[in-house]
Amino acid sequence: MKFIKFLLVGIFFGIVLVKSEAVSWYRIYEMFKFQSFHMYGIIGSAVILGTISIWAIKKLKVKSTEGKEIYLQPKEKSIIRYILGGSIFGLGWALAGACPGPMYILFGTGVYSMLIVIAAAVLGTFIYGIMKNKLPH
Amino acid sequence: MEYILRPWPWYVSGPLITLIMVFLIYFGKTFGMSSNLQTLCSIGGAGKYADFFRFDWKAQRWNLTVVLGAVIGGFIAVQFLSDGSDIALNPETISDLNQLGFDNVGATLLPSEIYGWDSVLSFKGMAILVVGGLLVGFGTRYAGGCTSGHAITGLSNLQLPSLIAVIGFFIGGLVMTHFLLPLIF
Repeated sequence: MKFIKFLLVGIFFGIVLVKSEAVSWYRIYEMFKFQSFHMYGIIGSAVILGTISIWAIKKLKVKSTEGKEIYLQPKEKSIIRYILGGSIFGLGWALAGACPGPMYILFGTGVYSMLIVIAAAVLGTFIYGIMKNKLPH
Repeated sequence: MEYILRPWPWYVSGPLITLIMVFLIYFGKTFGMSSNLQTLCSIGGAGKYADFFRFDWKAQRWNLTVVLGAVIGGFIAVQFLSDGSDIALNPETISDLNQLGFDNVGATLLPSEIYGWDSVLSFKGMAILVVGGLLVGFGTRYAGGCTSGHAITGLSNLQLPSLIAVIGFFIGGLVMTHFLLPLIF
């Protein structure tokens, strides 16, 4: 079962994001109000440790479980798409209080109205796909 | 066990999120949750309408499996690993939200003023969820990633584009929280 490890990582991800309260609309609101260190602490510590981890993985030329040398695709160079797309995402994040990971996790916690947000997010992605060639990138 | 049932502090949660990213990288993949939205479009036949959705979605089954796990993890966390304590929000946050008309702030993960069926089934409530979802879905693909892909993985990999995207996340988030939410509620 090659998928079992992904299932386990997903379960762990769901548990961590609920227990950290990072899936909470209130925590997102509090973060954008700069009224707590909580979310900054989570993201900041994840990034600092993540930077060290990725540096070490590259330095030690760690091979993945698939036997290949680990390679992380660099992000395409641009400014406009990241600022515009990022801002649109941010508007939605602060309104719905959920980004694409927590949406599924919150559905799992029993918030079934989240299915509406998930369906709308799929539709939003579809609209982007159709409009892609007309947008500045 | 008591420590597991209580909410986890940031210095435990943050490093555990790093661990999730490292596991996925070690498995030869990457930590990016929003790609699943594109995969779902592709499964639904969106390839008929745009090249963007014409790819072998079966290669993305691993990520859909992560999503399935995340749903199960959310269930396990609230059913078996929570003591039901309130979210320890800043009292200022609570009073700000009270003023906007939110009650029982922090008693649950999400406000019933947005996610409760009474609100969802009103025009305004439905509009909030639909518009919120549309913005997230559209914005994340336009920006080429979300919190996991840009804010965690991209920044950890010292990607300038990810830093620009995260600045964008904050521009949008600050505008919504400080200017639009007070108009909506």
